[in-house]
Amino acid sequence: MAADVSAARAALAGVPNEPGASKPDPIVKGDNIVRTFGGLKAVDVEHLEIQRGVITALIGPNGAGKTTLFNLLTGFDEPDSGDWAFNGKKLSNVPAYKVARLGMVRTFQLTKVLSKLTVIENMRLGATGQRGEKFWSAAFKSLWSAQEDANTVRADDLLARFKLDAKREDFAGSLSGGQRKLLEMARALMVDPELIMLDEPMAGVNPALKQSLLEHVKSLRDEGRTVLFVEHDMDMVRDISDWVIVMAQGQIVAEGTPQAVMADQAVIDAYLGAHHDTDISEIDVEELETEAEAELAAQSKETPTHD
Amino acid sequence: MLLTPSSAMAQATPTPTTPAAGTPAENPLVDGQNITVTLLDVKGGKGEPAPVPGVTLTVFKDKSGGEQIGTQVTDTKGRVSIPIPANGVYVVTLDQDTLPEGVELSGGAENEKTITARISGNNFAQFQIGAAVAEKVAFSEKLTNSVVSGLKFGLIIALAALGLSLIFGTTGLTNFAHGELITFGGIMTYVFNRGFGMSVILAGVCAVIAGAIFGYAQDKILWGPLRRRGTGLIAMMIVSIGFALLLRSVFQYTFGGSTRTLSQYVAQGRDDYGPISLSPKEIAIFVIAIVAIVIVCIAMMKTRLGKSMRAVSDNPDLSASSGLRVDSVITSVWVLGTALTALAGVLLALNQQVNFQMGFKLLLLVFAGVTLGGLGTIWGALAGSLIIGLLVEVAPVISIGGYQPVPASIKDVGALVVLILILLVRPQGLLGRAQRIG
Amino acid sequence: MDFGTLIDAALSSALGPQAIVFALAAIGLNVHFGYTGLLNFGQAGFMAVGAFGLAVSVTTWDLPFWVGIAIALLATVVLAIILGVPTLRLRADYLAIATIATSEILRLIFGSVEAKETFGGSNGLTGFSTTYKDLNPYNSGLDLGVVSFSRNDLWSITVGWSLVAISCLIVWSLMRSPWGRVLRSIREDEDAVRSLGKNVFAYKMQALILGGVFGGIAGIFHVLKQASAVPTDFNTTFTFYAYAALLVGGAARVLGPVVGSILFWFIIAGLGSFFSQATSGTDPLIPASIMTDTQASLVRFIVLGLGLMLLMIFRPQGIFGDRREIAIDGR
Ligand SMILES: Nc1ncnc2c1ncn2[C@@H]1O[C@H](COP(=O)(O)OP(=O)(O)O)[C@@H](O)[C@H]1O
Ligand SMILES: [Mg+2]
Repeated sequence: MAADVSAARAALAGVPNEPGASKPDPIVKGDNIVRTFGGLKAVDVEHLEIQRGVITALIGPNGAGKTTLFNLLTGFDEPDSGDWAFNGKKLSNVPAYKVARLGMVRTFQLTKVLSKLTVIENMRLGATGQRGEKFWSAAFKSLWSAQEDANTVRADDLLARFKLDAKREDFAGSLSGGQRKLLEMARALMVDPELIMLDEPMAGVNPALKQSLLEHVKSLRDEGRTVLFVEHDMDMVRDISDWVIVMAQGQIVAEGTPQAVMADQAVIDAYLGAHHDTDISEIDVEELETEAEAELAAQSKETPTHD
Repeated sequence: MLLTPSSAMAQATPTPTTPAAGTPAENPLVDGQNITVTLLDVKGGKGEPAPVPGVTLTVFKDKSGGEQIGTQVTDTKGRVSIPIPANGVYVVTLDQDTLPEGVELSGGAENEKTITARISGNNFAQFQIGAAVAEKVAFSEKLTNSVVSGLKFGLIIALAALGLSLIFGTTGLTNFAHGELITFGGIMTYVFNRGFGMSVILAGVCAVIAGAIFGYAQDKILWGPLRRRGTGLIAMMIVSIGFALLLRSVFQYTFGGSTRTLSQYVAQGRDDYGPISLSPKEIAIFVIAIVAIVIVCIAMMKTRLGKSMRAVSDNPDLSASSGLRVDSVITSVWVLGTALTALAGVLLALNQQVNFQMGFKLLLLVFAGVTLGGLGTIWGALAGSLIIGLLVEVAPVISIGGYQPVPASIKDVGALVVLILILLVRPQGLLGRAQRIG
Repeated sequence: MDFGTLIDAALSSALGPQAIVFALAAIGLNVHFGYTGLLNFGQAGFMAVGAFGLAVSVTTWDLPFWVGIAIALLATVVLAIILGVPTLRLRADYLAIATIATSEILRLIFGSVEAKETFGGSNGLTGFSTTYKDLNPYNSGLDLGVVSFSRNDLWSITVGWSLVAISCLIVWSLMRSPWGRVLRSIREDEDAVRSLGKNVFAYKMQALILGGVFGGIAGIFHVLKQASAVPTDFNTTFTFYAYAALLVGGAARVLGPVVGSILFWFIIAGLGSFFSQATSGTDPLIPASIMTDTQASLVRFIVLGLGLMLLMIFRPQGIFGDRREIAIDGR
């Protein structure tokens, strides 16, 4: 495993640090993806490739079009034009659920846990190919109970790994913001994806939990999955990503290794354009504080939130 | 020869043709399963159709000359009512020799009709007598008339739709009690007019003021507190269903189930204005509705209150954080919205009559108008309502090669179908904004 | 005041055919709204299609009774598909309006003069229930003292409550399965379910069909118990009452709609009997100046409207429900 990772990384070493650079072994490849809202070009990506087996970070100021790009790639939104492929299979007009079944699973910026289901039920929902989810066999428990037990074992393993096993029987709505992010990630793993796309997995997570979340993201790569994640926190990006793609105003403005990108004037401009006269490190401090507060507020609430 | 239920015939009793000897005064209407025939001479479409008495009709089972079930002579209303034992096929024959002089069967002079009885009450058969050959009101005239009444109906819907749209826009509530707010306007007009003896005009003004007060009270007592409790929109929608049931039953309790008329302007003759003919009250309805709509539209564009209403409906959170007092804006919306809707009720009462269900029957059409135009925009609600009004009135006039796509008896169907189609074409909903994902 | 009559009226409605029709319709709505979060306000349309599917097959087309039943059930499935393909993508409140409009269109067409040859016009159709009546094994009615049922009612009660029991069993076994879990998840957040590789549209369609078939069965039973199919029975108000019954019992609970319907009819019939007694006779309890006997029959609807409002405001989960578990707070 570890050898694969370093091999994939090594392959990236030869890739030029420029927008739309082609990779030796891309898992996702897209061209001319455009999505407009009214007059606004939310996404306008000329060429995009994501290397297999590594962690790619997608960064950019708020409103850069990162979430919209996620929506397009995973079939949750339809582009005005453009096409892209996953593992060589064209995905234009493929509905979201089929994209997920192909092995490309995403999480959401605003966490979508099913608050009125328990944590373990959330997990079980993630399993694919369930016989008990077919209408005609659902009524007969004997047809699906064995498979359900197997799925439960797998779910419990993942819960233990993400330290959610103590919350197994709680309603997901009663979890804190950080725990929800963890649950969503664990649930996505129940699908056993090749490529996992995390939209701001650290937002609203308190600093203590953040470190373990980071480790979890790294462990995904180490077990052979490809990770694409959106993040604002530069330290975090520098810490775990192998490759960084920078978006601004819908376009990819820079690409490269974390070190190269951090030094890139285009990136600094993109952020300065969004945050007028603050610099990157200041933004991080502010964000950390608001997030920590949000987290504390969420934890102090005992009752499940109705959202 | 018209196919008319016997009960409806009781109202129109024009003079019979030539009462022959031995004509029964009135054949008793059979209670149970029966075959009823009413013979009317339509006289080529000129004047009222006249009953044809004294004609012998016989009912056979299965085929002419089969088992005879009964025979009767048409009464002064031209009617026979012959009991039959069960569902099945029956043949009714008309003895042409008994027809009065000068009255002849038309339409191929068929004197035998086969009917399949499967209704427990009256099963009707019809014979053609004196039918004119295609002498109809000119299509263009029918079309103009239906366009005018469609516009009038559309304007009344538009007033209610504006109210609904304002309330939905600012609160997100799909208000199923909106039809009852129309009825409220109508009934209040009746109460002020007949109860307090005001003139219809004054009563209408008072009813609109009552509507405004009703809107204020609703927001203060019901919707405002629910909003502040954070009640979900679906729960609110179901509350509005309960409220609609409550109001409708209260109306029926106090006002009764009958349909009543105002004291003035009930039956008015129409004057011709070029190709169209209108009664004075219809002109008044046009003028009042248009003036009200124009005032509201200008107010929404120009006044501070109007601007803040639009701001709240665009983005309540943002408006709140920018210091707008969202709650008081919503209260004003309820006042304005309910007053407009009450005005729709007033005009409806003036146009037709007052009944406890008058608004309820309009509710879906109001929804349709609002949906068609796109909720949140006042122009949309306006245009949508006019289109719905026109659809309802014009569609039944149109026939394609003798086939009527929308028969007059179910003229609302066309508008409802359009409502569904519009929802399908714009699935993102009335506001026309796609919801954000992620 | 004769409390015996009152109790008899209340109980015979609460346990009788009326409540059964509501229970079946509300079980369908429970699948739609309670479990899946689909705001179907056109349940009366599903009932009408079931009812007229049977009546038209047997009376108009002279087909055998059981073929009629099969056609009726098939017709509700077809309606669900025609309605579902376009509308299941709509937001909850628009789905509500689209389904109401559909059920009104159906009612207007079934009652129209133009289609009288097929549907019998506003009088509707009769003469399709002979087989059903002939199957009645009872020789006489039943008198339990507090409540009594005629021979026909007794047969309808036997058939009806059996149907309700079977329906509940089906709902129970489906909703505890992974299939039911997907439905409940869709109620929560359909995008999340989609992101996990489930075909949300297909599940919604299955739910719409299942609940629609329960509605169709309710319609069939309704016209069989009264031996006639009349279009005006299937108006939107009926759907609203069925919702009220469901919400009283508690949505997303297997027995919620059943208990709700029983209670709904107990209250409605009890109130009806109370006020009709209170206003009848030469020296009524409530003088005619305050309430006439026509008005007396309306009090229950006033109470019903008020009750539905208060229920939604103060106990939206109904008697059985779990507040944390119903789709009331969403939009
Ligand atoms: N459904 C939508 N309707 C209109 N505008 C949208 C919609 N979704 C996103 N946008 C706009 O597209 C741009 C990109 O948004 P988004 O992808 O969420 O950015 P990011 O995730 O990078 O912060 C923003 O300007 C946003 O306002
Ligand atoms: Mg984003």
